[in-house]
Amino acid sequence: MIELTINGTVQQLDVDPDIPLLWAIRDVVGLTGTKYGCGIAQCGACTVHLDGQSVRACVTPVSAVAGKSITTIEGLDTIVGTTVQETWEKLDVVQCGYCQSGQIMSAVALLSKNPQPSDEDINAAMAGNICRCHTYVRIRAAVKEASQALHPGRSQS
Amino acid sequence: MSRDDTMLPGRRRFLVATVTAGAGLTLGMCLGGCSREDKESAQAGPGKTGNRIISDAAFEPNAFVRITPDDRVTVIVKHLEMGQGTYTGIATLVAEELDAGWSQVDVEGAPADAARYNNLFWGKLQGTGGSTAIANSYEQMRKAGAAARAMLVAAAAKQWRVPPEEITVRDGVLRHAAKGIQASFGELAELAAQQPVPEDVFLKEPGEFRLIGTRVARKDSRAKVDGTAVFTQDMKLPGMLTALVAHPPRFGARVRSFDAVAARAVAGVHDVVEIPSGVAVLGKDFWSASKGRDALQVDWDESAAFMSGSDELMAQYQALADKPGKVARSEGDVSAALGSAAKTLRTSIAFPYLAHAALEPMNCVMQRSEGGVEIWNGEQYQTPDQNAVAKVFGIGPEKVKINMLYAGGSFGRRANPASDYVLETAHIVKAIGGKAPVKLVWTREDDMRAGYYRPMYYHRLEAGLDADGNPVAWQHRIVGQSIIADTAFEGALVKDGVDVTSVEGAANMPYAIPNIHVDLHSPQVPVPVQWWRSVGSTHTAFAVETFIDRLAAAAGRDPLALRRALLQDHPRHLGVMELAAENAGWGTPMAAGRGRGIAVHESFNTYVAQVAEVTVHDNKRFTVDRVVIAVDCGVAVNPDVIRAQMEGGMGFGLSAALSSALTLDAGRVVQSNFHDYLVVRLDQMPRVEVHIVKSAQPPTGVGEPATPVIAPAVANALSNATGQHFDHLPLTLSA
Repeated sequence: MIELTINGTVQQLDVDPDIPLLWAIRDVVGLTGTKYGCGIAQCGACTVHLDGQSVRACVTPVSAVAGKSITTIEGLDTIVGTTVQETWEKLDVVQCGYCQSGQIMSAVALLSKNPQPSDEDINAAMAGNICRCHTYVRIRAAVKEASQALHPGRSQS
Repeated sequence: MSRDDTMLPGRRRFLVATVTAGAGLTLGMCLGGCSREDKESAQAGPGKTGNRIISDAAFEPNAFVRITPDDRVTVIVKHLEMGQGTYTGIATLVAEELDAGWSQVDVEGAPADAARYNNLFWGKLQGTGGSTAIANSYEQMRKAGAAARAMLVAAAAKQWRVPPEEITVRDGVLRHAAKGIQASFGELAELAAQQPVPEDVFLKEPGEFRLIGTRVARKDSRAKVDGTAVFTQDMKLPGMLTALVAHPPRFGARVRSFDAVAARAVAGVHDVVEIPSGVAVLGKDFWSASKGRDALQVDWDESAAFMSGSDELMAQYQALADKPGKVARSEGDVSAALGSAAKTLRTSIAFPYLAHAALEPMNCVMQRSEGGVEIWNGEQYQTPDQNAVAKVFGIGPEKVKINMLYAGGSFGRRANPASDYVLETAHIVKAIGGKAPVKLVWTREDDMRAGYYRPMYYHRLEAGLDADGNPVAWQHRIVGQSIIADTAFEGALVKDGVDVTSVEGAANMPYAIPNIHVDLHSPQVPVPVQWWRSVGSTHTAFAVETFIDRLAAAAGRDPLALRRALLQDHPRHLGVMELAAENAGWGTPMAAGRGRGIAVHESFNTYVAQVAEVTVHDNKRFTVDRVVIAVDCGVAVNPDVIRAQMEGGMGFGLSAALSSALTLDAGRVVQSNFHDYLVVRLDQMPRVEVHIVKSAQPPTGVGEPATPVIAPAVANALSNATGQHFDHLPLTLSA
C-alpha cells in the first residue's frame, strides 16, 4: 500500500510499487486529465506537479512519490493555475487538446517560480511539451498574457 | 459539380425535405420528429460539451438541432473534432440561421448513421477528411438552423395570434415589437415541435451574418483546459480490460507460435490471445497489460516479411525515374522544347516516410452489446469502420454503434481505409468471446512502428528557359507508393493508372508554361501507407515551388515577379501571394546571413501563400524566424479558427521540413518515439502572422492547406541566404 496526496486528498493505493505515477493517477485513482503521449519523458503530456515542481508522471515510479503531494490538471486551484487556464480559454489556445493539460501544468510551474519570464525562459520551460497541432504561437502568447494578468502594470522583460 | 461552381445562395428559397446539396445528394433529415431510436442514438457521442436535460418536450426539427425547455440549443455535429475546430464551425453555421445566442449553443458528436450524417462530398459515406467539413456542410447546416427557426416562429405566431412576418428573432429570443411580447426558444420548444416542417426556408444574405465572419469562442476550449474533455484514452467501462498487442517486427511477418506462460503470470493479466495482427495481452489496466506484453515470447515467421531498407528502396525509385511513367498531364512537346531551350535545369528530390504521430496514440474501446457491437473512438471514418467491424462479427453494419469522442490529433491517421486499429480491437473482442469491454492502447512505439505512413517519394524535374529567361518546358516525374491502390477508393481515385492523390499539386500546377509533362510510377511496396495532412501536396508543393525558384534564379528574375508573370490566369493564387508578400515586406533588404522565401499553393480549393524568413547561424545551423501567411478559403466562417489552422498547419509542415523522417533498416522501422522521430517544439516555432483574403466565394477547408507551403518557403529562404539548393527533406545545409 502506497500513500500519497493527490489534489489535496490522501490516497491509499494498492499498486505495484514500480507502476508509473501516470498510470496510478489515470487507471487507479481515475483522474484522466493527465495524458499518456510517449512514456519516456519526451512529450510532456503527463506533466504534474510534485510539491510544486513539474515532473513527468510517465517515468516517475509511484514508490518514489510516497508521502508526497501531487497536483494534476483537475486540482489546479491557485490564482496562477486558474489564471493560466482562463487565459488559455480566452486565447483559444487548444486545438485537439490532448497535450494541453501538460502544457498548462508546465506553464503554471513556470509562472509560479518566475512571474515575468523572458522569451528564453518560456522556451526553456515549455520546450519539453510537444504539441502536434503546433499551437505554440498561442501557448507563448498565453504564457505572456497570463503573466501580465497576474502582475498588471509591470512591464514584460 | 465542382465546388467552385457553387454560388452563394443569398435569400433564395430552399426546399427542406428534398433539397439537394453538394454532389447532388438528398439531405437526410428526419423531419417532423425522429423515431425514439433516432432520439436515443442522437444523444450518443460523449464528445459533447455542457450538460443537457433531455426531456420529452425537446424540439428536434431535424437530425442536427435539438432545443430543450432549458433554452439550450444542441447542435449534433457529423464531423470529428480532432483539433481543426469543426465543432465550433458547424455550430456557427446552425446558430447563424437559427439566430441563437452563441453561449446557449452546445455541441455533441453525431452517431454513426450515413443515412443522416454522410459527408455530402463523399456519397453515402460518413467521415471526416480532405478539409471538407465546413465546405460540405455550409448549406446543409444553415438550412437545418433555418428550418428550426421557421418552426419556432410559426409556434410564436400561433401562440401570439400574429402574422409570422412580424416576429423577429435574436440571440435565442423571439419578439413581437408592436405587442411588446417575447419568448425564449425554450419556452416555445414544445409548441414548435408540433408545427409543420417548412417546405422551404430562407437563408441569410452574407451581409446579414452576425456570427459567421466574427470571432466566436471555441466550443471545446473549457473542457480541454480543465482536463474534463473525454478522449478514447480516457474511456472506462465496467469490467473493461486494457489490451496491448505484440506486433510483428517487420511488415508481412506473422505469428509462428507464442509462449504466454510468463505473460499470464503477471499480476492483473487476464488473457493472451492471438489475432491476425499479432498477439494481444489483456490486463486489468495499462500497466499490467504492458508488463504482460513485456513477458510474452513470440516466435515470428518472417519468411514473407519485407526486408528492405529506405536506402535500397530509394535506389530502386531512382532507377524507376529513368523510365517514363503513367502520364498525369501532357501539354505541348516537352522533349522538343527542352531540346531547343536556351538553358535547361534539372533537379531531384527525396522525401522520407512520415508518421502522423498524433499525440494520442491510436486506441479504441469496444464491447459486444445485445445483437451488436458498441465502439468509443476518436472516430473519423464511421461508414468504413462500421462495415469492417460488422464483417468480423457477422452482423449488419447498422448493428455497429459508434460513439464519436474527441481525437487527440489525427492528421489523417484515424481515417484508415483498412480500419486497421479499429479492426484489431474487433478481433480482440471476438477472440475473448465478447466477455468484457476492451480498450486497445497502442504505445508510442506501437504507433510509430505499426505502419500507415506518408509514403516515401522521389521526384525528378527538368525545365527549359528561352533566351529571354521565360520557362518553356517543364517535366516532372514522381515515384512513390499509391495510398489509394487496394482501397475502396481505387475506382474513383486511380485514373488511367494514375493515383490522383500522388500527383495532386503537380499535375495541376498553375504556372503558365507552354510545354508540360507530368508522369508517375507507383511501385508496390508492402509498407502500409496512408494520407497524411495535405496528402499529395506534402511533396508536390515542395517540388514545384522550389523548382520555380530555381528557374527564377537561372533567369535572373525575382521569384515573386516570375510567379506573378506565370499566374496571370490564377487570380486567387495571385491574391494570396501579393497579400503575403506585401505584409512580409518582400523586396526590403535582409541582413547578411538572413534570407526570405515565398511559396504559394492551392490544396482542397483553398489558396495559401507563405513568406518565410530564416537566419543562417553557421554553415549547418539555421532558424526560421518569421512566417507571414495569406489564405483565401472563401467566406471566413470562423476567422480565429482559420488563423489557428494556418498557424498550426504551417507548424505541422515545418516539423517535416526541419526534422521528421521515418526510415527502414532491413525492414525494421528505425524510429520509435519522440527522441528519434523529431518534431518542432516551442523553441523552434517562428513568429507567425495570418492574413485572410476577404471573399464571398463558398467556404473551403483550412485544416490542411497551410501544411505543404512552409517547406518550400523555408527552402527558398535558405537558398536566398546561402545559394544552396535542396534535394531532400528534412532540410539540411551543407558545410
